[in-house]
Amino acid sequence: MNLLDYFRNKQKKSGTASIAKERLQILVAHERSARNTHSYLPQLQRELLEVVRKYVTVDQDAITISVEQEGTQEILELNIILPDSPGR
Amino acid sequence: MARIIVVTSGKGGVGKTTTAAAMAMGLALRGHRTVVIDFDVGLRNLDLIMGCERRVVYDFVNVINGEANLHQALIKDKRCEKLFVLPASQTKDKDSLTKEGVGRVLAELAEGFDYIICDSPAGIEHGATMAMYYADDAIVVTNPEVSSVRDSDRMLGILSSRSRRAELADEPIREFLLLTRYSPTRVAAGEMLSVEDVQEILALDLLGVIPESEAVLNASNSGVPVILNDKSEAGQAYADLVGRYLGEKLPHRFLEVPKKGLLSRLFKG
Repeated sequence: MNLLDYFRNKQKKSGTASIAKERLQILVAHERSARNTHSYLPQLQRELLEVVRKYVTVDQDAITISVEQEGTQEILELNIILPDSPGR
Repeated sequence: MARIIVVTSGKGGVGKTTTAAAMAMGLALRGHRTVVIDFDVGLRNLDLIMGCERRVVYDFVNVINGEANLHQALIKDKRCEKLFVLPASQTKDKDSLTKEGVGRVLAELAEGFDYIICDSPAGIEHGATMAMYYADDAIVVTNPEVSSVRDSDRMLGILSSRSRRAELADEPIREFLLLTRYSPTRVAAGEMLSVEDVQEILALDLLGVIPESEAVLNASNSGVPVILNDKSEAGQAYADLVGRYLGEKLPHRFLEVPKKGLLSRLFKG
C-alpha cells in the first residue's frame, strides 16, 4: 500500500464486507423463520394443492401457506391463486 | 463426570480439526485428563494434526463394534501424558457410528476423563450429527466469510433441535463462537466481516478469535498442535481460548492491525 492508496482507502469506507453483512442478515433471518415453522406445513401445502388440482388447474407455486403469531394465537393463512379461465 | 465438547461448523476447511487438536492439548497441559475423538469416519485426519498417524492400531469404530477395547485404541500423546487421541476408522462406513455405540463409548470415556472433545466432520450428515448428539458444549468454528457464517447458523439450528439435550428437553447445549482465519488488515480495509458483524448475525458468545497465521500450516505440516507454538499469534490465541473456556476473563487479542513504523507505512504495505 503506497501513500496514495492509504488516502484512497480512508475515503472508501464501505468495502465488500458491508455487502456480505447485509446479504447474510437477510438470508439468516429468512432461514431462521423457515426453521421455526411447523414441520407439517410443507406436507399440508402439498396435499392441499392435490385436492385443489382435482377441480382446478393451478400451478405448483399458486398456493402459499404461512403461520403468523399474534400474541397467544397463531393464524394460519392459506392463499390459492386461481387461474383467470377455468381449467376444465 | 466428563464434559463433552463438540467442535463443529457445517462448512469444511474452516479449522475444526486444528481447533480440536489445539483445545485438547491446551486443556491437557493445564492438567485436565482429556481425550479427543475423530468423528470423520472414512476421512481420518486428526491423527495427522496430532502427529500420531503412525501409532494408529485400532480406531473408534473398532471399539464401537467390540473388536478392540478402549485401552487398545486410545493413543497416549507423547508430549502430554494427560492427553489421548481416539482416531477415526479409515475404511469403515460412516453408518458404523450408531447412536447407541457412540453413547456407550462416551459413557465409558466419561469415567476416566475430565474433557471429551469431539472433532466433527464437515456437513450435516450422520457423522456430524453423531459428533454433536451427546455434547454439553459446542464450539462453532466460523470463518469471516459468507458461506461459513451461513453454514454455522444452520448448524446452530441442528444443535438446538437434534441433540440429546434437545430431545430430552434438558438444559440446552452451551454454544460458543470461534472465529478463525481472521485478518485485521482486511477488516480495516472493509474487505472482511468484522468480529462484531459475525457476532451480530449469529448472536453467540464469542470464545475466541484466531488470526490468520502461517503458524497453523507449519503446525499441521509437522504434526504439532499450533497451541504448542507459544511464539505465534495463533498459538497464543488458542491458549487464551482455553483459558476463557475454563472461565478466565481474558481480553480478545490480535484484533487490531499491527502498528507499523511511519516509513514502512508510507512506502510499502
